[in-house]
Amino acid sequence: MAKGVWIVAEQRGGALRKVSFEIASAARKLADELGEEVSAVLVGSGVEGLAPELAKYGVDKVYVADDAIYADYTTDAYSAAVAKVVKENDASILLLAASVQGKDLGASLVGKLATGMASDCTELKIADGKMVAVRPMYAGKVFAEVVVDSYPQMASLRPNVFAAVEKAKAGQVVKFDAGIAAGALKTKVLETQADASGKIELTEATCIISGGRGMKGSDEYKILEDLAGLLGAAVGASRAAVDAGWKTQADQVGQTGKVVAPNLYIACGISGAIQHLAGMSSSKYIVAINKDEEAPIFAKADYGIVDDLFKIVPELTTAVKKIV
Amino acid sequence: MNIVACVKQVPDTEALIKVKADGSGIEEGGIKWVMNPYDEYGVEEALKLKEANGGEVTVVSLGPARAMETIRTALAMGADKGVHITIDDADEYNTAAALAAVIKGINPDIVLCGQRAIDNDSTQVGSILAELLGIPQVTIVTGLEAANGKIKAIKPIEGAQLVIESPMPCVVTAQKGLNEPRYASLPGIMKAKKKPVDVKDAAALGISVEPKAKIIKMTPPPKRAAGKIIGGDDPAAKAAELAKLLREEAKVI
Repeated sequence: MAKGVWIVAEQRGGALRKVSFEIASAARKLADELGEEVSAVLVGSGVEGLAPELAKYGVDKVYVADDAIYADYTTDAYSAAVAKVVKENDASILLLAASVQGKDLGASLVGKLATGMASDCTELKIADGKMVAVRPMYAGKVFAEVVVDSYPQMASLRPNVFAAVEKAKAGQVVKFDAGIAAGALKTKVLETQADASGKIELTEATCIISGGRGMKGSDEYKILEDLAGLLGAAVGASRAAVDAGWKTQADQVGQTGKVVAPNLYIACGISGAIQHLAGMSSSKYIVAINKDEEAPIFAKADYGIVDDLFKIVPELTTAVKKIV
Repeated sequence: MNIVACVKQVPDTEALIKVKADGSGIEEGGIKWVMNPYDEYGVEEALKLKEANGGEVTVVSLGPARAMETIRTALAMGADKGVHITIDDADEYNTAAALAAVIKGINPDIVLCGQRAIDNDSTQVGSILAELLGIPQVTIVTGLEAANGKIKAIKPIEGAQLVIESPMPCVVTAQKGLNEPRYASLPGIMKAKKKPVDVKDAAALGISVEPKAKIIKMTPPPKRAAGKIIGGDDPAAKAAELAKLLREEAKVI
C-alpha cells in the first residue's frame, strides 16, 4: 500500500530555495497526522551536502540523485529521476513547489505517474486518511477542496503561504541513481541569462508595492522604488500600468499576470479591477492608497488611506525610515 | 509544418464568478465566454509558424457545445481546421488524455498550448499532454524560434531567463509576452464558418470520465475582515499612522 509523505526539494545553483523548507514543514505536519515518514527527493549536481538543511525542517530521509547531468534543471532529466524513486517507494503523498520549476516538474510527473495533482494549494489537511488540498481557482475568485483518487496524491504549494517550521529529524541520506543516460535527454539549457537588475521576484517577495493607473507614468514609479528599497520589497504593477507601457509584463500582478501572496501588499493608485484583486487577495495584509474612496480595492484592504498617492507615499517612506 | 494549437473556452477575466449554493460548481448564467488568453498566444504563434514555414494549423478543444465558439474564433484568426472533443467537464489528466488521443492521429511537428487556463489555473495540461505523446516539452515560454527540426525557446524563471533547445516534435506552452495575438478580421470570420470542424465524443475516444483529481467542494474566497480607513487631512500624519500600524499591529515591517 502506498505510504509516506514525499516532497521534491527545489534547489538552484546548489542552494535550496526557501519554498523547499515551507514544503518540508507542510509535509511534516501531514506525516505526523498520518503517523508516517517524510522523504525528500533532492536532484542536482553537487547537492548531497544540502541534506542536513532539509532534516532541520522535519525530513526523515533524503533521496539524493547527484550527477553532472542534473547541473541544469531540465524537465526530462528531473522528472524521470523523481518519477523513478517515488514509484519504487510507492509514495502516498507527493508535494512540490508551485514555482516556475515546480509547476513544470509537477505536471510532467502527473503524466508519468498517471495520477492527479491539486495545483498552487494554500492549505492541506487530512480527512479519512486522505489528503484534502485547498486551492484557489479562477485566480482566487473561488476556492476548491480537491481530493486525488490515485497515488501518489500530488499537490503543489503556493510559495510564501505555508510557514517554514524547524523540527529536526534524522535526514538520513539515501543515494539513488535514476539510470538516465545523458544521450537520452532531449531538452538542453543553452544559456541562463541572469537578471542583473537585482530585482526581487514578485512571487517570492514578502512585501510588494504595486502601482496602477494612478501612477500616471513610468518615471513616477521611482517613489515606489524608494519605499521598496527600505522594506526589501518588490515593485509590481496592475494590468492598466503594463498596458500603458509603464512597467513590463513580468511586473504584472493579476489573473493574467502573477498571482502573489506576500505578507504585505501596498496598492498605490490601483482601483482594484476583479482581475487584479484575483491576483493579490491572498496577501496577508493589504494596504490601499487611492484618491477615489469608492475604489473596490478598499473593500479588500486592511488599512486604507483615501488621498493622493503622490502625497502619501513619500511621507510613508519618511515615516518608515524613522521606525525600521 | 504540421501544427496543433490547443484552446479552451473560459469565463472572461472581468467575469464575476459565483459558486452554486451546493458548492458543486459555478453559476454559468451571465458569464461571457472567451478564448483562454494564454491560448490566444498559442494560436498566434501557430499562425506565425505556418506563415514562416507553410503547413497547416489544427485547433483542438475539449469542452461542452459552447466551446465550438472558441474553435471558430481560432479559425477566424487563421487556423485551418478544428477538432471539438465534446465533454462537460474533465480533470487535467483526462483532458490531456483526450487531447493526446486526437493529436496522435494528427502527427504534429509542434503542439502549442496556453501555459495555463485562467479558470482552473492548474498549469498542467500541456505538460501531461507531452508525457502522454512521449515528446519533449518546454513550458511557459516568451520567445520561440523553430528551424531545422529544432526549437529554441525563451523561458523566464525567478530572477533569470533560460534559453532552451528541444528537438521537434514537442509541446510548447505560451506565456504572455510571446507575441501580440491578432484579431479575427471580418473576412476571417466569414471564412471560419466554412472551415471543417470534426466533432468527437470524449467517451468514444475511450476517455475516462472518472477524475483522478476530484473537486469535492467549491466555496467563495474567505472573506477579509473590514479594514481600517486612516482619516485626517495631513498626509504626513496619515502616513505616520499607517507606518505605526504596519509595525505594531500587523507586524509586517
